[in-house]
Amino acid sequence: MEILMILTGGIIITVAVYLLMTRSILRVVFGIIMLSHGVHLLILTLAGLEEGAPPLLTENADAYTDPLPQALILTAIVISFGVTAFLLVLAYQTNKAHDSDDLEELRGNADE
Amino acid sequence: MSNLLLLPVLVPFLAGAVLILLRNHPLIQRVSSAVIMTVMLLISIQLLYTITTGGILTVELGNWSPPFGIVLVGDMFASMMVLLTSIVGLACLFFSFQTMARIREKFFFYPFYFFLLTGVNGSFLTGDLFNLFVFFEVMLISSFILIVFGGTPYQLRESYKYVVINVFASGLFLVAIAFIYGATGTLNMAHIAVQVAEMEQQGVINVAAILLLIVFGMKGALFPLYFWLPKSYYGPPAAIAALFGGLLTKVGIYAIIRTFTLIFVHDTAFTHNIILALAGLTMFFGVLGAVSQFDFKRILSYHIISQVGYMVMGLGLFTPLALAGAIYYIAHHIIVKSALFLFAGATQKITGTTDLKKMSGLLKTHPALAWLFFISAISLAGIPPLSGFFSKFALILSGVEEGRYIIVAVSLLVGLLTLFSMMKIFIYVFWGGPSLKRSDYAHIKLLPLLAPIIPLVALTITLGLFAEPIFVFSEGVAAEILDPSIYIDAVLEE
Amino acid sequence: MKTNFVMLHTVTRIVSFIILSFSVYLFFAGHNAPGGGFIGGLMMAGALVLLYVSFDMDRIKKVLPIDYTQMIGLGLIIAILTGLNSLVFGDPFLTQYFDYFQWPFMGEVELTTALPFDLGIFLVVVGVALLSILTIAEDVS
Repeated sequence: MEILMILTGGIIITVAVYLLMTRSILRVVFGIIMLSHGVHLLILTLAGLEEGAPPLLTENADAYTDPLPQALILTAIVISFGVTAFLLVLAYQTNKAHDSDDLEELRGNADE
Repeated sequence: MSNLLLLPVLVPFLAGAVLILLRNHPLIQRVSSAVIMTVMLLISIQLLYTITTGGILTVELGNWSPPFGIVLVGDMFASMMVLLTSIVGLACLFFSFQTMARIREKFFFYPFYFFLLTGVNGSFLTGDLFNLFVFFEVMLISSFILIVFGGTPYQLRESYKYVVINVFASGLFLVAIAFIYGATGTLNMAHIAVQVAEMEQQGVINVAAILLLIVFGMKGALFPLYFWLPKSYYGPPAAIAALFGGLLTKVGIYAIIRTFTLIFVHDTAFTHNIILALAGLTMFFGVLGAVSQFDFKRILSYHIISQVGYMVMGLGLFTPLALAGAIYYIAHHIIVKSALFLFAGATQKITGTTDLKKMSGLLKTHPALAWLFFISAISLAGIPPLSGFFSKFALILSGVEEGRYIIVAVSLLVGLLTLFSMMKIFIYVFWGGPSLKRSDYAHIKLLPLLAPIIPLVALTITLGLFAEPIFVFSEGVAAEILDPSIYIDAVLEE
Repeated sequence: MKTNFVMLHTVTRIVSFIILSFSVYLFFAGHNAPGGGFIGGLMMAGALVLLYVSFDMDRIKKVLPIDYTQMIGLGLIIAILTGLNSLVFGDPFLTQYFDYFQWPFMGEVELTTALPFDLGIFLVVVGVALLSILTIAEDVS
């Protein structure tokens, strides 16, 4: 199970890196979103997966998964939600101000 | 337990929240933010005094005892950084009253200014690795909004890159946290340090150490990862650029010093030599960038990079003297760099440009500005008796003692090139025939512009003249962070 | 061209109320079960966005004259002040207190100081989500 999860995380991060390296301003944002998903999966896996153990619901549970990684992931999701919202607005405004979504044209070497 | 430690984080946070509601009342916003900032300065002085005399303070948030809950830890290093934050924050706030366009005040400048300070102070004071991530994000999200302030096409373009780089670094930060949590099963920094010391498998920890070095290096503008800095710091208004230039990279450096003196001390031959090499490359390439530029703000931005190298050099040498020098250097740098960025803002306000080739002769028209700038510039370059000299001296002396002659040679060369590029600014901007007519600048009152900068310049002179007691203080700080058991005992055993 | 989305309007009228009440349920369930301020807030933001999408923006603005930035500020203040009240009792920031009360008709109810804190989170999440969506949506130039 761990192997599968690690591989999935790896594939997601690969996709994210690929998207980050594209020239489209919007795809880079998608890359960031994918990256955060891959990393969240990695946190869950590295903290240890328990088979057949539910989340901690009552005080006298025999088996339970560690709730801390879940709390960490929830926090990280909240943060990436805020950042993504901001990044989308910024990408939109940048696109509008420069009339281009091609990062090659947005390098800005001309005005140095 | 002391709730005094909470105030540097809570006061700006609450202030920011209240100021959101007051967006349509610029005067109330200005007055209240000035009052709050002054209160914060007093709080941080009190905090530094309490901690220096009474030892490390800790607060367990929500009454959950460590290592299960989040702790805030204030040691001398952290409280010194909090004090510096308040000083720079106050100066930049007053400068922004003079220069910030009135329309911008409506777009939540002050709330995000305070949220930024919340994030910065929180990063200094937290004792939990994941909480450090959260405060980093608070700081970064506010910095994203402040850096795009004004929304010129240039700013939008460069902030986009700044945001993407930083969000990517945050992703790597989470990976490092996952590694550390998987290996040690804890996130409390003191507890991690205990676990790491007992662990047999050092490979995983080294991986996490390098990942964290990359993350903090990206935020702190270390050698291969500094490329985003000069362009993005060029865009925003001077008050914001000064705050960023003085503070934000130093939060990354603080995190590097904190983690690499507390947690990753088991394999210094590996980690700290990498850090030392990075330090040399950072200062060298940073100063080369500065030498090649002809723009006031860009030269200063490249100097941030080269000086980050000095601070990290202190960590790489890893002796008490070198760390004391690095800490002294951080204090000196935060103050002087902010002052210089404010000077750039003042000259921009007077001449309307930051291009060195378009300015000249300000020495005749604005002598006070010129000489104050001169003091800060030679302080940055490290001329005695100003503060830059003593910190660099300690670093270089320690390098010679350790026999690391290459880094010593590089830092001396970089010091020379720093002096050269600061003098380039001085010659271009202040010497020569006046480029401005009297009518161009007569309406700009110089005194309100200079008033926030003068205390910073006075501080750099004071830091230089009273080098003895301040160096003793830095040595105290260095001794405290070089002995992780003090920190660990304060957090885990109450 | 003004089109009349009968299906969308009819469905929205029913569905949005289901989502809104579910979001309130999630918000209150959050203390000991899955749910909470963030999830409830996102759910409520979803319902409001559905309203904005199916009816036009000006009409919803008339019905819901809410300034979302003020909402964010208010939420933050509520959350911080809830954390601060523990300082009155000399405990560290964010210490949680709870007790059980007998209420008429409802029997025993657990009240905690985490609830107003979560309310603050709820307001902030709704505010941030709608603010960022409306910022882009309003910009039709």
